[in-house]
Amino acid sequence: MTKKKSKLLGDQRFIVLLVIIALITVYVIFSKEFRKYSSILSMLDFSYYDILMAIGVTFPLITAGVDLSIGTGMVCYALIGGTLVRNYNCPVAVAMLVCILLGCGIGLLNGVLIGIMGLPPFLATLCTCMITRGIGSRCSATPWPTLKQPGGWFHSIFKLTFGSGRGAFKFPIGIILMIILVLVMEFVLNHTRFGRYTIAIGSNKEATILSGINVKFYHVMDYVICGLFAGLAAIAYAAVTPTVQPGTGAGLELDAIGGVFVGGVAATGGYGSIIGTFAGVFVIVLLKTGLPYIGLQANWQQIITGFVLIGAVLIDIIKRKRAVAKQ
Amino acid sequence: MGDVILTMKGIDKSFPGVHALDHVDLEVRRGEVHALMGENGAGKSTLMKVLTGIYKKDSGTITYEGREVEFQNTREAQDAGVVIVHQELNMVGDLTVAQNIFIGREPKKGIRIDDKKMIEDSKALFDELHIDINPREKMNELTVGKQQMCEIAKAISHHAKLIIFDEPSAALTEKEIADLFNIIRDLRKKNLGIVYISHRMDEIKVITDRVTVMRDGCYVGTLVTKDCTKEDIINMMVGRVIYEEPKTHSMVPKDAPVVLKVENLNAGRMVQDVSFELRKGEILGFSGLMGAGRTETARAIFGADPKQSGKISIMGKDGQLHEVTINSPQDAVKAGIGYLSEDRKRYGIVVEKSITENSTLASMEDFCNGPFINKVKEKKAAEKYIKELATKTPSADQLVVNLSGGNQQKVVIAKWLVRNSDILIFDEPTRGIDVGAKNEIYKLMNKLVSEGKSIIMISSEMTEILRMSDRIVIMCEGRKTGELMIEEATQERIMDKATRNID
Repeated sequence: MTKKKSKLLGDQRFIVLLVIIALITVYVIFSKEFRKYSSILSMLDFSYYDILMAIGVTFPLITAGVDLSIGTGMVCYALIGGTLVRNYNCPVAVAMLVCILLGCGIGLLNGVLIGIMGLPPFLATLCTCMITRGIGSRCSATPWPTLKQPGGWFHSIFKLTFGSGRGAFKFPIGIILMIILVLVMEFVLNHTRFGRYTIAIGSNKEATILSGINVKFYHVMDYVICGLFAGLAAIAYAAVTPTVQPGTGAGLELDAIGGVFVGGVAATGGYGSIIGTFAGVFVIVLLKTGLPYIGLQANWQQIITGFVLIGAVLIDIIKRKRAVAKQ
Repeated sequence: MGDVILTMKGIDKSFPGVHALDHVDLEVRRGEVHALMGENGAGKSTLMKVLTGIYKKDSGTITYEGREVEFQNTREAQDAGVVIVHQELNMVGDLTVAQNIFIGREPKKGIRIDDKKMIEDSKALFDELHIDINPREKMNELTVGKQQMCEIAKAISHHAKLIIFDEPSAALTEKEIADLFNIIRDLRKKNLGIVYISHRMDEIKVITDRVTVMRDGCYVGTLVTKDCTKEDIINMMVGRVIYEEPKTHSMVPKDAPVVLKVENLNAGRMVQDVSFELRKGEILGFSGLMGAGRTETARAIFGADPKQSGKISIMGKDGQLHEVTINSPQDAVKAGIGYLSEDRKRYGIVVEKSITENSTLASMEDFCNGPFINKVKEKKAAEKYIKELATKTPSADQLVVNLSGGNQQKVVIAKWLVRNSDILIFDEPTRGIDVGAKNEIYKLMNKLVSEGKSIIMISSEMTEILRMSDRIVIMCEGRKTGELMIEEATQERIMDKATRNID
């Protein structure tokens, strides 16, 4: 049975891996441009904030909740951090910390609204989505908020540069950071009490409550973790965009949430893996950044992503039905 | 009795691992009330589900009104005049009685729903059945009994020729049952075929003409009710002695210490001023009709539902009773109480997780170093209780969803044993569990109390109450109406107290 279980759950991740390989193959064959090292670098650059948001939002999604505020939240924190750096000469490290703390703060607000006050996750985070978008726009006193400083070390937190000028070699250290974070959070999900309870809440909240577990606390913590990662995503976002634009960010959460579902988190909660999320969000990133290389416009990315997502969720549903039929 | 309306012959149905129906026969005539009897899991409901198209049969024939049929779904069955009145009522609480009866086929006036006609038709229907219900009333404002009447009226309005009652009396008071029987007699006079599924032997004798008995998915036989005795039917149902004699006297010493004392507990309408004591090593039965407030009492004690007032004291390590504040299940679990819900799938287990994960869910602290789970230790604990409780499973990694009801119950028991809870509240411990596994659960419960645990057992099965309890608390409509030592308890005395508040 263990074999069957791991096979069943491994299924989707395996399929996702095939999709990734297929996409890359297509791109490599049809686009000369894509084969360049610099293309890969830029694709990776633009994947980090999606990956970070997706890791975070996996937790609410496993509890059968959702967090719609991560996209606008991310932009909001980046704006505030960038403004601090630009207008108040705040050290970049402090601004980064501010991003993370703000993320945790909004996460806490979401968690309290959902886990303690009992608001539906969709509604609660829709509200905080609007709130963060508004706050972000209000706080930007400078037209060019950014965490980047000329010649500062911030440039190289996701990309190490060796040498200088045209011959400089750049190494995407960011992807290593991402892989480490993915592995850490996968461990958290599977080997800590927090992770175990998160899954239990998603699988059967009532039974978990009746087992004497402080479900409210852990439910709130899931949103705090999600917010924390939105804060981290803010840093990654600021690192790749020349300046952070107020009023943007809405819709970015959908890429992340979509990626999580592609990665095999159950649509009804109760099962998920961070490694799956990582793979899933990579599919989205490949579609988003890769399709233009083979001459398809950005609209196509959304259309195709939509269908990929339907496929992914259908696989989950069919899998479940089969499991029930086996009963 | 008229001519044959329904013949089911050689019906066979298998689910993976279970031969649910093994060549079962059933014949129903017009104008007869035909009882379908058998223990839980005997296959009665499965047979009816095959008839109404919810399940597909593997083999066998169904002849209805002289021609062979195979309904694809309940809708088709309904259109042909075969209707089930379910044990759980399928009504939309916020709609009115009339709206519920005509749901999906509302009379129209242009594009508007013709409410007036709907209400008139409902009234006519109720008059025909001698039911006194206002069609304008909202469904959830009616008693369970009246809701059931509506369900029946709805069935009739579908021009039913064959009505299946699936344990209709389970939730009804005696008076409501009497009303129900009057309606059924009416229907019989109208020459309808009626299948009546019930566990209540007395009812079978009163209302039915013939009895078909099933056991473990097999057809056992059909008898004419008036020619047979209760014992005949029981013998056919069990086919072996499964009922131990009722407990005759309690082994719990009279001066056994009190481990749980509940005083004047109030929690909503269903729990009013309930007081009782639970002694060490005792099984305290909670008897009463459905809706008597037993589960609500248990949930209030366990902190799952809010309570308005009341004092709960629990024996501490020093052997003295201490008042405890229980505002959440978390508090209750800390105080040493474990609750095993009647609805295991919803409240007891996390079905899509493994036995291990379920067993340790209530006591993760003991299996963690800091925040990290020690999976080896966890699995060892789960395996220990698989062995101790004789849970049938290939391994501790098995998902609970793949276990039978009895084994799922054992996983829930394991959860509280791992937690080392001293007071266990079993709410309908053997619901949905087959006969063999039932005995095992009983043995386990006896073993637990002999090891010094104390058990509150809520049960709607009289035999279970009389067989397991040392003492019995009886409730009715949210109040405690009596308490009997097992030595003085009889079915009649319990029933008398269980219906005390009902006029």
